[in-house]
Amino acid sequence: MTSLLKNSELSLEKADKIVSETLNSCDDGELYVEDTKSETIVLDDNKIKSSNYTSDLGYGFRAVTGDTVAYSHSNEISEKSLKNSSDNLKSTLKNNSGTYNSEIKKTNQKLYKDIDPIESKSMKSKIELLNNMNEYARSKDISVKQVTASLLAEKKNIEIIRSGGELLSDNRPLVRINMSVMVEKNGRKETGVYGIGGRQDYDEYLRNDNWKKVCDEAFRIANTNIESKHSPAGEMKVVLGPGWPAILIHEAVGHGLEGDFNRKKTSAFYDLVGKKVASKGVTIIDDGTIDNRRGSLNIDDEGTPTERTVLIEDGILKNFMQDRLNARLMNTKSTGNGRRESYKHVVMPRMRNTIMLGGTNTQEEMIKSVDKGIFAVSFGGGQVDITSGKFVFNCTEAYEIINGKVGAPIKGATLIGDGPSSLKEILMVGNDMMLDPGIGTCGKAGQGVPVGVGQPSLLINNMTVGGTQL
Amino acid sequence: MIKDQDYLKKIADICLSRSKKLGSTDASILVQSSVSENINVRNKKLDGSERSENLGVVLTTYLGKKKSSIASSNLKESNLNELVDRCIETMKITPEDEYNSLPDKDLHFSGLKDLDLYDETHLSNEDKINYIKEAEDEAFSNNKIVNTNGSGFGENKSNFLLANSNGFADGYKTSQFTAYCEVVSKSNGSMERDYEYTSKRFYNDILKPKDLGSIAADHAVKKLNPKKIKSEKISLIFDKRISKNFLSIFASAISSNAIAKGTTFLKDKLNQKVFNTEININDRGDIKKANGSRYFDSEGIGIINLDLIKNGILQDYLIDTYNGKKINRKSNGRASGTTNLYFENGSKTFSELIKSEKKLLYIKETIGHGTNIINGDYSVGASGIMIENGEFLYPVSEITIAGNLNNIFQNITLADDLEFNYSTNSPTMHVQGMIVGGK
Repeated sequence: MTSLLKNSELSLEKADKIVSETLNSCDDGELYVEDTKSETIVLDDNKIKSSNYTSDLGYGFRAVTGDTVAYSHSNEISEKSLKNSSDNLKSTLKNNSGTYNSEIKKTNQKLYKDIDPIESKSMKSKIELLNNMNEYARSKDISVKQVTASLLAEKKNIEIIRSGGELLSDNRPLVRINMSVMVEKNGRKETGVYGIGGRQDYDEYLRNDNWKKVCDEAFRIANTNIESKHSPAGEMKVVLGPGWPAILIHEAVGHGLEGDFNRKKTSAFYDLVGKKVASKGVTIIDDGTIDNRRGSLNIDDEGTPTERTVLIEDGILKNFMQDRLNARLMNTKSTGNGRRESYKHVVMPRMRNTIMLGGTNTQEEMIKSVDKGIFAVSFGGGQVDITSGKFVFNCTEAYEIINGKVGAPIKGATLIGDGPSSLKEILMVGNDMMLDPGIGTCGKAGQGVPVGVGQPSLLINNMTVGGTQL
Repeated sequence: MIKDQDYLKKIADICLSRSKKLGSTDASILVQSSVSENINVRNKKLDGSERSENLGVVLTTYLGKKKSSIASSNLKESNLNELVDRCIETMKITPEDEYNSLPDKDLHFSGLKDLDLYDETHLSNEDKINYIKEAEDEAFSNNKIVNTNGSGFGENKSNFLLANSNGFADGYKTSQFTAYCEVVSKSNGSMERDYEYTSKRFYNDILKPKDLGSIAADHAVKKLNPKKIKSEKISLIFDKRISKNFLSIFASAISSNAIAKGTTFLKDKLNQKVFNTEININDRGDIKKANGSRYFDSEGIGIINLDLIKNGILQDYLIDTYNGKKINRKSNGRASGTTNLYFENGSKTFSELIKSEKKLLYIKETIGHGTNIINGDYSVGASGIMIENGEFLYPVSEITIAGNLNNIFQNITLADDLEFNYSTNSPTMHVQGMIVGGK
């Protein structure tokens, strides 16, 4: 295997030596080297507004002893720089000593191809695609006043060098196609946003003129919202559509089940393993092993192979998501959830593809059962306060439900709930489980990583809807 | 060590001369170097240290009205050459955009650099640890504080050079010292977290550790055992750490990018009354030692002070060269956004403000991203404290607050307690009649 260090002033042998010598007396740690190429092309206001190509190379050197983490990163790849980092790590950990845990599971997992999605489509055809998307979206209706379309592709190659010379690597492609449409009618302006993506070449996502469907969907959402009325405020029943609305699961329980918050006892879930935290029939997993999905990884950013981790099974809390540090301190094994945004960031337990499995109810019966409530089909961002368990997310497409029937669209409502209690308020789990279209980015402590979500339609007994109509 | 101007200049020259050689008609480049050191402490014990050394270059090349950009952290000459080649190739096949150009030469910054933006003070890791431990000690002296989420101290030093093919080449060093303390309180089965945060260019200007810890503890304890209230229309008081968010929203709504595209609720509102007549909003880049101060923006254009709102009337937009051309305006040096943006003080004291109505809800935290710049709809999750007759009664959580920014802006009254703690600053704010979603 040729190392990412091959063109640098630092040889793999020298790196090995410094890594082993530094980490010998520590519990854990590694040298993480990353070479990322990315390209973003944006069409905005009828023009190709920008084409940016970024090439980023750097390392992050980590030493861990007990619960103390020393980290040093740089994009000067040289023996001198790595030695400086080593000195820095040693000075932080000078009063501690540990026993290096060299155990790390092996894998031949190949969840995506080793491709370069930037080079596999020519710049000309990418520009043509954006122009086609712009023209097509604008041709949908004269009410379309603004269109922004963008293409993002990335090839991230990582290498993990552990004490003793073990070398682990992963080559990760990622693409995303985004569309935003603004519609203006009768003095009102609304937008619709849609996107698709994953760990394959652009062309895999563009078969059968699939880009038209992306434009259609963005336009449909904007056009729906232009007819929307003010959202009601107060507690009511909520039916969630399948797929992307699973960011509710991500916010409401996902973050609270990450190992670090539970090891630190700052999560509302920290003492609830083995206890009932959700309605019967609710099973939630975090799966890093689904082919070509945005949240999938062959190995995590510590080198642990990813897996399908059962978090909640039939309502009972089973497992937290762990990286190596938190697993060691909690006497368990890493679940392959150790992730970082880049070499500039420390590893933390992070979600991959977080999914609620399907049940037996139909969406139709859920809606029929609601006298007054809302039907939420799509969301913008969400956020959670891990400690209090309170979470919010913003509807980008939602409708009122009156007497068992879907009524008028409602605008920009925020839903707020309490993570641990809202899971117990789930009354029906649908038989229509769906994954999101491949657009999610999760933020934690200033680090963004690509993730996926999925769920069937759900009926939640009681959530607070934040609107303007009392 | 951060790199000096000579090193940055050398990198800039490599890229600019190669771009020219390969046929670009214009080019601009930013070269940056920064070093930051952060210490994290949790439950009074060292949790981690982090040292980052960052180098980076961003190059934009032009061929007439065609444009393309590259960025890299790998500053080896061979890599830079490859990237410049790639940038030029892409540029040649990118469609023309009539608004693309370097900034107007006449607007380039060429003044004195006397704003005191760099403090060379260096704290050893021991000093950083001591500072933050002292803050946590103080927080734990409050017996309802049972845990911490982690507290940290960071020191950042950076240097940069901005240059373009019209002869602009300038840069300077800046520093930033930051500390935060995030603690967890517990009582009667209720667990809450809250924080305090301080960030200044000069070490001597940051909060004293004891104050940092005690303020964080006080915030977290005051949130314990919250109640959920009924949905109602009620006037809100926004704590200073939240009220400044309305300025950030305002700034994005008057960016020339949004104005040119028509994607803002403040389009066509120039010279119109956007706030009530008592409101003034300024953006000043020339305040000594201030977090938001700068000499020039990311295009090299000198910063001028802007009175954005005068007696409630919108006076100006935030304009860069590209979007300025679209709306027939010259850049006012805001390609990097606002500098030190603030509401001028209002005429009421804090205590008059909280007594101005019989019942008020004091908002200390909002969560979620429920701001729609296009139509002004605003809906976020929130928590705070109920006030009756000027008395803080009990914490409130799991509610939403909603309204439309057009109305919210018209209904703002400000206290006279403005402080320059961040780059965007607001006094305590009263907003009449918003909708709270609760039980």
